[in-house]
Amino acid sequence: MSSAMEQLYQQLILDHAKHPHGKGLAGPGTGESHQVNPTCGDEVTLRVHLDDGTLDAVSWDGQGCSISQASLSVMAELVEGKQVEQVEQLGETFRALMRARGAGLSEDLEDELGDATAFTGVAQYPARIKCALLGWAALRDALAQAGVATKGEQG
Amino acid sequence: MTTAALSAGELAAVRADFPLLGRTLRAGRPLVYLDSAATSQKPEVVIDAELEFYTQRNAAVHRGAHQLAEEATEAYEQARDEVATLVGAATGEIVWTSGATAGLNLLAYAMSNASAGRGGQAARALALGPGDEVVVTEAEHHANLVPWQELCARTGATLRWIGVGDDGRLQLEQLADVVGARTKVVAVSHVSNVTGAVTDVPAVVAVARSVGALVVLDACQSVPHLPVDLPSLGVDAAAFSGHKMLGPTGVGALWARRELLEAMPPVTTGGSMVEVVTMESATYAPPPQKFEAGTQMVAQAVGMGAAARYLRELGMPAVAEHEAALTRALLDVVSRVPGVRVIGPTDPADRLAVVSFVVDGVHAHDVGQVLDDQGVAVRVGHHCAQPLHRRFGVAATARASASVYTTLADVEAFGEALATVRPFFGLGGAA
Ligand SMILES: Cc1ncc(COP(=O)(O)O)c(C=O)c1O
Repeated sequence: MSSAMEQLYQQLILDHAKHPHGKGLAGPGTGESHQVNPTCGDEVTLRVHLDDGTLDAVSWDGQGCSISQASLSVMAELVEGKQVEQVEQLGETFRALMRARGAGLSEDLEDELGDATAFTGVAQYPARIKCALLGWAALRDALAQAGVATKGEQG
Repeated sequence: MTTAALSAGELAAVRADFPLLGRTLRAGRPLVYLDSAATSQKPEVVIDAELEFYTQRNAAVHRGAHQLAEEATEAYEQARDEVATLVGAATGEIVWTSGATAGLNLLAYAMSNASAGRGGQAARALALGPGDEVVVTEAEHHANLVPWQELCARTGATLRWIGVGDDGRLQLEQLADVVGARTKVVAVSHVSNVTGAVTDVPAVVAVARSVGALVVLDACQSVPHLPVDLPSLGVDAAAFSGHKMLGPTGVGALWARRELLEAMPPVTTGGSMVEVVTMESATYAPPPQKFEAGTQMVAQAVGMGAAARYLRELGMPAVAEHEAALTRALLDVVSRVPGVRVIGPTDPADRLAVVSFVVDGVHAHDVGQVLDDQGVAVRVGHHCAQPLHRRFGVAATARASASVYTTLADVEAFGEALATVRPFFGLGGAA
């Protein structure tokens, strides 16, 4: 296997894909989103469980490739317990990582993203970026559905 | 193997005709191109034909009396003749389109216009209304499904379909129940772009004929790979694309019987497709020009003509024989890798070298990525056939598909790469 492949499929990604966090829809949720990736048919339904501006939890169900499943899992872990604005900021940072063509971001930004920096290598494969973004798109939409999004559609 | 197949020397010569096959990929890996069902590579004669057109003959066709215009028109019409010859058709029965999708939509919209009363008495037989039916199959590419859904929605007709069996073949026995007195059109693919199964077209035609329905054939995946004689298949119309048969993108052909083309009202209207135009109305040129409004994709048509000639000179029986060996080899390597399941017939009879499969425990995208890393290009996804994938309970498959330039070594390389997929994701060799 090439080193690019090892960078793409880091152990952390493979582990999350195998044992995903937040999988299985919980309770009614405050907002919900259903997203599909029309090129490959991958789907996710995601719910945000909010408590007064804090994202208590994200629960989701769906099917897709290891990149999309692992990204959902890492995202669910990362955003738990954060304020809506912080979550939105993380989404922006993750989208910036996906535009970085594999070069990564500044140390500060990468610290914020934590485990989600494992997806740095995905940005070298344009066809896979939308796999990694599927969950983040669902999260942004679910926050909008819940009526708590502070930003419009962008990037 | 019979004498019809390409010899090793002939195959090497064919490969040398395709400049792109010589390129390397990331890390200098040789290219193993197994995505020809999506689009084929192009031989130098096709690239040269377009180049020669632009550098020597470029002018508007069917207009103007200068020498260039004459030469351009001649090249354009000769290309039509080449395409017609490849599929056994009369030249005047070939309509240039931008591709198979456009050809199938042209048919559906002509019927729609007939349903709206256009085309006079001659088009009456093409009109649909509530109670009429269009029959398709569960295996269709969206290009041979959605236009018929839309036609039914516009006219009030009903869409019906036959299913696909567990073996990946059409359940043609259902035609007896599904096709009836109100069936106006039966639209089927000649070869599925997912399962590779070849449709028993005469069986479809027999049922459709008994009720007077038109038969429309999506010949996208057959014309590049099999000897195809459209008129003798008994169908009424067929669509195919240049880019899947070694030709350029942006061009395709719609063939239909002359009487049908004459009865069909035009769809796209404007310049070049008219006879007399007044402020109130217009009369239309005879087919095929009636369906070729506006400035056409002349250079691409010339390229598609060169592709048709190239295939005809190789000999479609030889092409088919060569690809039959590839079909057997593909099915064989796939069957040898543990945890791989074919979606489509596993028996090489009446199926082409298009093999879709799922790998237990690994999503198709991940399969494609591991193969890509080893230089093997396959398609992943639903291949524009969502209902068929749903029928098999999968969202996506990986698909390896061959063309005349594909070698047994390509298939071997694919098999070796496929064997690394499950181990890469920490899954055992066994399913
Ligand atoms: C069976 C079949 N029908 C129709 C099409 C549509 O062809 P095009 O995209 O060239 O119009 C394709 C190509 O993807 C195909 O494989």
